Amino acid sequence: MNRGLVSLLLLISASTGASEATVAVAANFTAPLQQLIADFSAHSTHRLRVASGSTGGLYTAIRQGAPYDLLLAADSLRPQRLVEEGVAVAGSRCTYAVGRLILWSADPSAIAADPVMALAHPALRHLAIANPDTAPYGVAAREVLEGLGLWQALAPRLVRGMDIGQTYQMVATGNAEIGFVAASSLPTPDPTGSRWEVPPQLYSPLTQDAVLLQRAQDNPAALAFLRYLGSAPALQRIAALGYAPANRRACGKA
Amino acid sequence: MSPPSASCTLRLDCQLRQGDFELTAQGELRWHGVLGLCGPSGSGKSTLLRLLAGLEPRASGRIELDGDCLQDGRRRYSLAPHRRRIAYVFQDARLFSHLSVAGNLHYALRRARSCGLGFDAVVEQLHLQPLLARGVDALSGGETQRVALGRALLSATRLLLLDEPVSALDPQQRESVLRALESLRDNGGPPMIYVSHAPAEIMRLARRTLYIANGRLALAATATLSQASDLGLCT
Amino acid sequence: MDDYGPLWLTLKLAAAAVLLLLVIGTPLAWWLAHGRTRLRLLFEAAVALPLVLPPTILGFYLLLMMSPKSAVGGWWLQHTGQTLTFSFTGLVIASVLYSLPFVVQPLQTAFEGIGRRPLEAAWTLGATRLDAFLTVAAPLALRGFATAIVLGFAHTLGEFGVVLMVGGSIPGETRVISIAIFEAVERLDYATAHALSLSLLAFSYCVVLLVYVLNRRFPRVLP
Repeated sequence: MNRGLVSLLLLISASTGASEATVAVAANFTAPLQQLIADFSAHSTHRLRVASGSTGGLYTAIRQGAPYDLLLAADSLRPQRLVEEGVAVAGSRCTYAVGRLILWSADPSAIAADPVMALAHPALRHLAIANPDTAPYGVAAREVLEGLGLWQALAPRLVRGMDIGQTYQMVATGNAEIGFVAASSLPTPDPTGSRWEVPPQLYSPLTQDAVLLQRAQDNPAALAFLRYLGSAPALQRIAALGYAPANRRACGKA
Repeated sequence: MSPPSASCTLRLDCQLRQGDFELTAQGELRWHGVLGLCGPSGSGKSTLLRLLAGLEPRASGRIELDGDCLQDGRRRYSLAPHRRRIAYVFQDARLFSHLSVAGNLHYALRRARSCGLGFDAVVEQLHLQPLLARGVDALSGGETQRVALGRALLSATRLLLLDEPVSALDPQQRESVLRALESLRDNGGPPMIYVSHAPAEIMRLARRTLYIANGRLALAATATLSQASDLGLCT
Repeated sequence: MDDYGPLWLTLKLAAAAVLLLLVIGTPLAWWLAHGRTRLRLLFEAAVALPLVLPPTILGFYLLLMMSPKSAVGGWWLQHTGQTLTFSFTGLVIASVLYSLPFVVQPLQTAFEGIGRRPLEAAWTLGATRLDAFLTVAAPLALRGFATAIVLGFAHTLGEFGVVLMVGGSIPGETRVISIAIFEAVERLDYATAHALSLSLLAFSYCVVLLVYVLNRRFPRVLP
């Protein structure tokens, strides 16, 4: 059925003429997005440009009239706000990926069978998390630590990265012994170090939402790509890069 | 009866190469009062003075002043300029602009290694009293050179080098400085080497003159100064 | 939470960095101005590097260099029990490297402007080299010192990219004001962002003004 949909889209785009769209994307999804666009462009004549930055920065720019057509945010809050403020098309908000939180150390022996042991270890100097004020992964990390009753105890040893990518850097370079990173940051297929995949029930879902902006409500390229994000090949690609699929409000449906 | 002029013995056997120019000076010099050093521009007059003062670290050879070794190339020994007690009056005076005239004078006095002419004596002899409180920028050319001279004297120098001190001055200013130098020569001032390319000044101040041309010092000069200037040896 | 904590931390950082830079930078600038070996050119180019490198690259290399796994970071950890990254000391070191050209270059220019002539005069008057530097060169270079201090201080106050990489945003230790402002904007807390930004602006302006007023009283360097 998806093949049919894609063909239909191609027909539609061929008849309406290929067009161009600018996709604003949260920095940590930039690389996956490039790959998705490459896949998309293999079967489409639409042209897509990418502008990446922090979700907050992009949100502010959009409010000030930046010429973007789609926003792929790192959370669901900002896209929701854009819809509420009438800057984004109502009903276009959908979840394109769900982040997976991983407790990771570059040291292969750091996180053994019991991850809480690794966290509560007395010799631990620095635990890296993304800044809860600025990154959803940071909020998730905080929720996990609070749930485990370790937030207060570990507060003096926390170091905060501006975003989840930087958090990964801190752990990968050995400056922080362990940290809560995104699964998408970890090298595949054979990651070095040790890890614990945090059970999703310990933190609020890291839904990453996309939204269509008002100026692009008739933009064929933007509409096509938004639908593409929910297609099977796209979902496969996204999963391979370390994300979970959306449970609800997935893109491309309806 | 004026006091005997200070005497000085200088033994030289030194060389300095700067690019294409080479300075060679050999021999023994003994004089009282002022020794004139005369030669065309570019002949190495200033270079020789700088060498004596220790401002040319790349010079080689041997220099002895009154029996004290200032430099010995063979032993790789060179006395630092601040230890030579050889004062230098530069052509551009080089007064310290962040200090007043009095400040400049005291700068030298504080670093004098022995008791030379006293502050008051120098000020009086060079008529510096009205200038003391002034800033260095507020002085005329002649006043600047007199202050530079006073500063050099106060450092209790045993040899005073003067590098064309009046060449940039107008006749009136020139006269005041030359008169001050004559007064020093006749009233117990240190031995001096006076560099100029104007024969008239040298004739007035020095009893003995050396000639330098193309970096070579003529020590065995027998010609008198007037003969030398006729021959164009100075300019 | 003390909203003005980041401001004091930033001022402490800038002051520490500038002081350290004056201590390190003055002899370096002097050597660059008066030295005679060709080696100088290599150092001059190295000093200018932080001017052309994007701060994130500098920050990244610092992150690697200060890591406990590296020689420098490991040595530090061994001797002090603390990591260099995520510490105030680490930030001071980062700031010193980041603001190095802003302190060394004005000093070097000032020393070059003074030249050797006043120094030669001082030497012939009996001043040792150190004496001549302290009593002749330094007073004549006061304008250069003032510029170096202002530029070094201001540049460190505004530091963001480098601190971002190696700071870890620890309140009271490495969360400097530029980081705090960014975080406030990110979480849409514009009130705090305004308060912090205005306080930084006001303080910086006063410091710069003060230095320039004091500088008026000192003489220019002779041409």
